[in-house]
Amino acid sequence: MNATWSRFNITSVVLGFAFLYLPIVLLVIFSFNESKLVTVWGGFSTKWYVSLFQNQGLMDAAWVTIRVGLISATVATVLGTMAALTLTRYTRFRGRLLFSGMVFAPLVMPEVITGLSLLLLFVAVGLDRGFLTVTLAHITFTMCFVAVVVQSRLVSFDRSLEEAAMDLGAPPVKTFFQITLPVIMPAIVSGWMLAFTLSLDDLVIASFTSGPGATTLPMKIYSQVRLGVTPEINAACTILIAVVAIGVVIASIANKRREVQRLRDEQAAQRG
Amino acid sequence: MSDIAATASAAPPVDVSASLPARLAKGFVGRLVIIVPYLWLLFFFLVPFVIVFKISLSQSAISMPPYTPVLDFSSGWSGFVGKLKQLSFDNYLWLTQDALYFKAYLSSVVIAGISTILTLLVGYPIAYGMARAPATIRPTLLMLVILPFWTSFLIRVYAWIGILKPEGLLNQLLLSLHVISEPLVILNTYTAIFIGIVYSYLPFMVLPLYSSLEKMDYSLIEAAKDLGCPPTSAFWKITFPLSLPGVIAGCLLVFIPAVGEFVIPDLLGGSQTLMIGRTLWNEFFSNRDWPVSSAVAVILLLLLIVPIMIFQQAQARAQEQGK
Amino acid sequence: MKSLGSIRRAFAPWNDPNAKPYIQFENVTKKFGDFTAVNNLSLTIFEREFFALLGASGCGKSTLLRMLAGFEEPTAGRIMLDGQDLRGIPPYRRPVNMMFQSYALFPHMSVEKNIAFGLKQEGMPSADIQKRVAEMLRLVKLEQFAKRKPHQLSGGQRQRVALARSVAKRPKVLLLDEPLGALDKKLREETQFELMDLQQELGLTFVVVTHDQEEAMTMADRIAIMDKGEVMQVATPAEIYEAPTSRFVAHFVGNVNMFEGKVADRTAGTARITGASGAQIVVDNGDAKPGSDIVFAIRPEKIKVSSKKPAEGVNALEGEVYDIAYLGDMTVYHVKLDDGQIVRASALNAARISEDPLTWNDRAWVSFRPDAGVVLTR
Repeated sequence: MNATWSRFNITSVVLGFAFLYLPIVLLVIFSFNESKLVTVWGGFSTKWYVSLFQNQGLMDAAWVTIRVGLISATVATVLGTMAALTLTRYTRFRGRLLFSGMVFAPLVMPEVITGLSLLLLFVAVGLDRGFLTVTLAHITFTMCFVAVVVQSRLVSFDRSLEEAAMDLGAPPVKTFFQITLPVIMPAIVSGWMLAFTLSLDDLVIASFTSGPGATTLPMKIYSQVRLGVTPEINAACTILIAVVAIGVVIASIANKRREVQRLRDEQAAQRG
Repeated sequence: MSDIAATASAAPPVDVSASLPARLAKGFVGRLVIIVPYLWLLFFFLVPFVIVFKISLSQSAISMPPYTPVLDFSSGWSGFVGKLKQLSFDNYLWLTQDALYFKAYLSSVVIAGISTILTLLVGYPIAYGMARAPATIRPTLLMLVILPFWTSFLIRVYAWIGILKPEGLLNQLLLSLHVISEPLVILNTYTAIFIGIVYSYLPFMVLPLYSSLEKMDYSLIEAAKDLGCPPTSAFWKITFPLSLPGVIAGCLLVFIPAVGEFVIPDLLGGSQTLMIGRTLWNEFFSNRDWPVSSAVAVILLLLLIVPIMIFQQAQARAQEQGK
Repeated sequence: MKSLGSIRRAFAPWNDPNAKPYIQFENVTKKFGDFTAVNNLSLTIFEREFFALLGASGCGKSTLLRMLAGFEEPTAGRIMLDGQDLRGIPPYRRPVNMMFQSYALFPHMSVEKNIAFGLKQEGMPSADIQKRVAEMLRLVKLEQFAKRKPHQLSGGQRQRVALARSVAKRPKVLLLDEPLGALDKKLREETQFELMDLQQELGLTFVVVTHDQEEAMTMADRIAIMDKGEVMQVATPAEIYEAPTSRFVAHFVGNVNMFEGKVADRTAGTARITGASGAQIVVDNGDAKPGSDIVFAIRPEKIKVSSKKPAEGVNALEGEVYDIAYLGDMTVYHVKLDDGQIVRASALNAARISEDPLTWNDRAWVSFRPDAGVVLTR
C-alpha cells in the first residue's frame, strides 16, 4: 500500500503504540522508586536493584533460566530447522499431514494443556522432574516457533542456487552446508533468539514440568507477585526488559548495517 | 525415449561401489531430516496427549503418581482386556455433575470471544495505519510491534496490576483530573481480564492483519474510488474482504490460547472470575487430582480442536501461496 | 506543414478556432515535496479525441493522468472538464474512469461483479446492471468467462475485463494508464486496433499514457510528448514525426540524423550551413539568422546512399560504409562521413536485387534534398 498517511492513520498508530508501551515504561520508572509503595512516587533510588542482587533465590533462578534457555534454544533451533526443511522440501511422504499438524498446533495450544501433558509423559516414563524435564519441554514447544520462522524464509529461497551448486559438482549434503545454510542463516538466528526468549518467558509449562532445585525466574517472580507488587520485582523485570531490548536493538542495528552496506555496494557497482 | 531407457537399463552401472553408498548416504541424510523432528514431536507432543487421555480415564489415588494406572501392557493381552473393564468415565461424569466446570468452560469461551473481538477492534486501526505508513518507516513500526512480544508475558501482565488497582496509577490520574470521585474497581474483575488479554495478545492480532493489508495493491482502492465508491464504502467492499485471511489468522491466534489462558485471570481476575485454565491449574496443583485435571484438559482440547484445525488449514494455505 | 494534420481522418477540432475545449489543464503544477512532477503545464483535449501522453518514465505523464482522475490534486493551476472546474471533486464523484496499469481487478469478485461494481455505486437498477454487464461482456468477447475470478484468466483476458469495467459507466473520459504494457508484442498490436474501434464505437474521449511511441503513433489522434514535467510538443503523429519542434522530440520519436552548424548565408527561403569540419549543406529555412547555431534534423529514410556522387541540386556528403543491417523490407546503412560523423540511412528494398550494391568499407555518398528535414533551434 502507498497512499497519504492520513491523520486518522497516524493517530491510531500513535495511540496503539502508547497502549503497548505505557505499562512497560511505568513499570521501569517505578523500579527506581524510593518508596516501598509501587504506585506512589517517593524519589529516585536504585536500592531495589542492590537488594535484588543480594536475593540469592532470585539469582539462582535466573541462572537456571539462562541455562535452560541456552540449551533448549540451541537444540530447538536444530530440530526446528530440520522440521522446516521437511515441511518445505518433502511435499510427499506418509504422515505429512500429521507432521504439519504437530508443528503448527503447539503455536496456539493453551500452555496449561502442553504443560500438563508433558508432565504426565515424564511421570509415565519415570523421569524425575527437574532441570532436564524443563529443558525437554522447552525444546518441544519452542522448536515449532523456530520451524515457522525458518520455513517462511525457505519458502522464498531460490532453489536454483542449490541446483547451480549441484551442477558445479557439490553433493547434496555439501550443498546444504555451503549454500542453503548460509543463505537462511538470518532466519535461523532469529529463530534461535525467539526460542531463547520464549524459554526465558515461560511460566506455565515450566511450573508443570519443573521440580525442586530447578525453579526458573518466571516461577520465582510469579510466586512473589502473588504475594503483592514490590519495587524489587519491578527492578527484576526492568533488568529482563533491558537485556531483551538491548539484544533486539543490537540485532536490528547489525541487520540495518548489513542492509545499508549492501545498498552502498550495489550503488557503487551500478556506478561501475 | 524408450530406446534411451532401454540402453540405460541394459548398460551396467559404471561404478557400483562408489555410487551406491553415496546414494544411500543421501537417502539416509534426507530421511534423517524428516525422522528426527518427526519422532521428537511424536514422543513429546502426541504421546503425551494419549497419556492425558488415558489418565483422564483412571481413578485418582493418594500416592505418587496420584492415580491408578490403566492400559498397562505388562500383563499381556488378557491383562489388557481385564484392565479395559476398569476404565472409568467417573472423571467425565464428575465434570458434568459439578456446574462449576461447565460455567468455567462457558465463561472461558465467552471471555476469549469478547477479548478477541476487542483485540480486533483495537488492532485493526493500528495495522491499517502501519500499512499506510511511508515505506521507509514501516520496518521500524513493525519492530516496535514485535518488541513487546520479546519482553516477558508475565512482566507485561504484572505491569497492569500497578495501573489498575484501586490506589493504582489509572485511578490516581482519573481522580486528579476529577473525572471520577471514587476509585474505580477494575482489578480482580472481568474488565481487567479483557484489558490483560487485549494488551498481551495485541501483537498476535496486528502482525497477520498488517501483513495482509500491507501486501494489498493500493490501486484496488483507487479503482473502487474511480468507479464511484466513497472511501468508507471502498473500505468495506474492498479492503476488509481482502484482509479477511489476516483477520481470521489474527482472531484464531488470540482466541485459542486465550480460552486456556492462566496467567491473566490469575493475576488480574482475582478469585471471583472463572476461567478453565485456572480451574485446571488449581485442580492439578491445589487438589492434586490428576485424573480430573486430565479430563478437564481433554474436554478443553476437544473444544478447541475445530479452531485449531481451521488455524492449521489457514497456515497450510498460506504456505502453499507463499510458494 | 499544410495537410499533415489530416492524414488519418477528417476529425481535427484542434485546427478549428471555434471548437470547444473538453479537457483543459491551465498552468498546472504538481509538486511532491521538493520534486516537481508537473511544471506549469497547459494542455487542451477535445471531445471524442484519442489523446496520448508519451514520455519516458518519471516525465510526469502518469501524474497528469492521476490528477485528471482525482487521485492527486494540483499544487497550482486548474483542470477543467466540460466547463467544470475539477478542483476538490473526489475521484468517486468525477465523470471519468481509469483503466489501471496493473488492471486493479478486485481479486475476490468474479468478472461480472467487477464490471458491475461501478454501476452499483451509481445505484443503477439491477436489471439494467445485468443488461449493461452482458453488453460489456459481449463488447470484450468474454461472455463465457462471466463467473470466473480474475486469477483464472489470461493476461489478455484480464486486460479486457479491466477495459470493460472502466467503460461500463460510460464515463465522459476514459483514462488508460499503460493499457497494453503487460501484454506481449503480438497481442499488443491486435489490442491497439481493438481499442481504436472501441473508442469509435462508444464515442468516448480517451486519454492514454504510454512510453511506447509506436503504440501512441498507431492509436492517437494527437500526441503530447512530455519531458521533466513539461509538454515538449502537442501534435498529430505525422507532425510529431515529420516536423518535430525540438531536438528532444526529434530524438524521442523514431531515428534521426542531426547536422549541426552555423548559418553561413541565406537566399530566398534556403540557408547554407557550415558544419564544424567545413562541409556545407543547404537546407530549407525561412528565418535563420546568419551566424546563428542551428541543427538540421533528418530521418534516415529521407537520405539516399549511392556509390557515385549524385547530380547537382541536392546535398551530398562523402564517406565510407561502416555498417549494414539487412532487415528484409529495408536495409539500414551506417555511413561514416569523412569528418567522423556517422549517418544513418535506410533504403526500402523495393527490388529483389539492388542495382547499386554497396558493401562494408566501400566509398559512398549520402544525399538529401534541402526540404527533407527540419531546422531546429532548440
